[in-house]
Amino acid sequence: MDIHEYQAKEILANFGVATPHGAVAYSPDQAVYCATELGGWHWAVKAQIHSGGRGKAGGVKLCKTYHEVRAAASELLGKTLVTNQTGPEGKIVQRVYIEVAEPFEREIYLGFVLDRKVERVRVIASRFGGMDIEEIAKDHPEEILQVVVEPAVGLQPFEARELAFGLGLNIKQVSRAVASILGCYRAFRDLDATMVEINPLVVTKDDRVLALDAKMSFDDNALFRRGTVADMRDHSQEDPREVQAAEHNLNYVGLDGNIGCIVNGAGLAMATMDVIKHAGGSPANFLDLGGGASPERVAAAFRLVLSDRNIKAILVNVFAGINRCDWVAEGIVKACHELNVDVPLVVRLSGTNVEAGRDIIGKSGLPIISAETLADAGRAAVDAAKGTPERSARTA
Amino acid sequence: MSILIDETSRVLVQGFTGDKGTFHAKEMIAFGTKIIGGVTPGKGGAKHLGLPVFNTVKEAIKETGATHSIAFVAPAFCADAIMEAADAGIKLVCSITDGIPAQDMMRVKRYLLRYQRDHRTMLVGPNCAGIISPGKAMLGIMPGHIYMRGAVGIVSRSGTLGYEAAAQMKALGIGVSTSVGIGGDPINGSSFLDHLVLFERDPETTAVMMIGEIGGPQEAEAAAWIKSHMTKPVVGYVAGLTAPKGRRMGHAGAIISASGDSAAEKAEIMKSYGLIVAPSPSELGTTIAKVLAH
Repeated sequence: MDIHEYQAKEILANFGVATPHGAVAYSPDQAVYCATELGGWHWAVKAQIHSGGRGKAGGVKLCKTYHEVRAAASELLGKTLVTNQTGPEGKIVQRVYIEVAEPFEREIYLGFVLDRKVERVRVIASRFGGMDIEEIAKDHPEEILQVVVEPAVGLQPFEARELAFGLGLNIKQVSRAVASILGCYRAFRDLDATMVEINPLVVTKDDRVLALDAKMSFDDNALFRRGTVADMRDHSQEDPREVQAAEHNLNYVGLDGNIGCIVNGAGLAMATMDVIKHAGGSPANFLDLGGGASPERVAAAFRLVLSDRNIKAILVNVFAGINRCDWVAEGIVKACHELNVDVPLVVRLSGTNVEAGRDIIGKSGLPIISAETLADAGRAAVDAAKGTPERSARTA
Repeated sequence: MSILIDETSRVLVQGFTGDKGTFHAKEMIAFGTKIIGGVTPGKGGAKHLGLPVFNTVKEAIKETGATHSIAFVAPAFCADAIMEAADAGIKLVCSITDGIPAQDMMRVKRYLLRYQRDHRTMLVGPNCAGIISPGKAMLGIMPGHIYMRGAVGIVSRSGTLGYEAAAQMKALGIGVSTSVGIGGDPINGSSFLDHLVLFERDPETTAVMMIGEIGGPQEAEAAAWIKSHMTKPVVGYVAGLTAPKGRRMGHAGAIISASGDSAAEKAEIMKSYGLIVAPSPSELGTTIAKVLAH
């Protein structure tokens, strides 16, 4: 789960990371009020969306007067911002963050990730801040400093000090940078983050070290024990279909093809998409029913897939282990009776109770195309999609 | 022979008295697995499915001589259960649980390093379908009847795609020595490589099928090892050709983030190390059949 910049800064400030003064606003009036409350002479008005690259996309405006603050907030609020990370559909700006802008002398990169290769937390720092870390790694690999944290004891002060000195900071700046580095690490560990990125961490003329931007992502599996983090979720920044899927414990990712997929197991779901592609078609989505799919969950999956106006056929592929084919078949029949399934439906069942499942499908009298093997299922779905006319939009 | 489990393995069920533990313990017993009891803290002394229940794993080992355990424990408590089993001296722990926090797994992996290599617990999973040695024993949740006993080892990230492979093979009359699901989490207990080493040593296994997914370095690392150490033929497949970059595909581990993470790249890496890559997931069985015919 991702959160906004202002939320990340609020969290990090509680762990001793120094940040500029700022406040969040939902309207231009509120933005101006925030600026007056914060004081200072210059303000940055920053669009709050779950994406990096906001600056380049025009999502950050430097303002010298209250009038400019109002104009910047008016322009950003309600706008759909397209950055190099959002994809062409962009993300809607519903909040802006007003921050006191101060001049700074240096920009530093500081990042923390859960590195699956070493299975530990990796700290990455570079004196080339303000840039994309992937570019720094490519162009100046020697300028990337790294520490892999020993999980039994956590990040140690000497490791943070080595990083800070390595960045070429003076002793005053080092002690402040160390506080920020250790603070970020503690936030990462204590709140089950998967990523913390401060880009840039700036050094001011008077030797202060401030997090000018902040990004945090959290482990969805740990949200059950991180209530304050879970409360920061902003559904407006997520794909509505994925939000709906999550409510039913389904895993859904929308794609741009025309064959809707309903599969159990993430690996088999990806393989089913591969088979469709192999047969010359294109999958409309990834959907993992998960273990123990009840008829209700199967029906929810159908609703979700049918809400995609591009689909021209649906392929259900279930290999039952914990699941049972007869339960899944009942769910399919129920969904067909409850919903208007106006595209061809191909069903392939395997595993536990497969005969009972096929029997239920066969006796239902519904126009369902049964497939026995994975290859047959892929071909049948691709063939069926070819004969389907355009569908009108529909809401789930 | 087979790897990891056989008919002599003495299996303990952690989370024995819960719904999932009960259901799958029955299935495993029906398959012929030697389940010798279970652990549910607070229910020690009771009987469940006619077998003894213990409060702690140490107590269970002392009374029953358990060597293996399977954990059906809720995500919030599963890391704790795995570490308890490791500390008590269980040789192999299989964790089915989906949804364990990644930092819990990071700590579990670090904890396992406390023990010397020869005494270190092997962890399979989490978020996997388990292990099955057809005709011998099953430590997992798979439908046992789709597997035929034979000589091909399967190691797969995904549970259901592993079933698919076994079913395709059975339809062609090809059997399995052991099938292992290593799980879809970004941090898992054992890797492709760990199991390939065992398959290479196992006299019953003559060929191996390795089924990967997008994301993570384990497939490439295993492929490099195969090139330099493995004498048995390995058929590879990587699911997720159509997966877009940066999107998570169900499994927490299935996300393309770095170079070498995509299915096409991994398949190329496998080929460059001499693996035979199945052209599509519907040809897992036919590809291994071709390899065996040689």
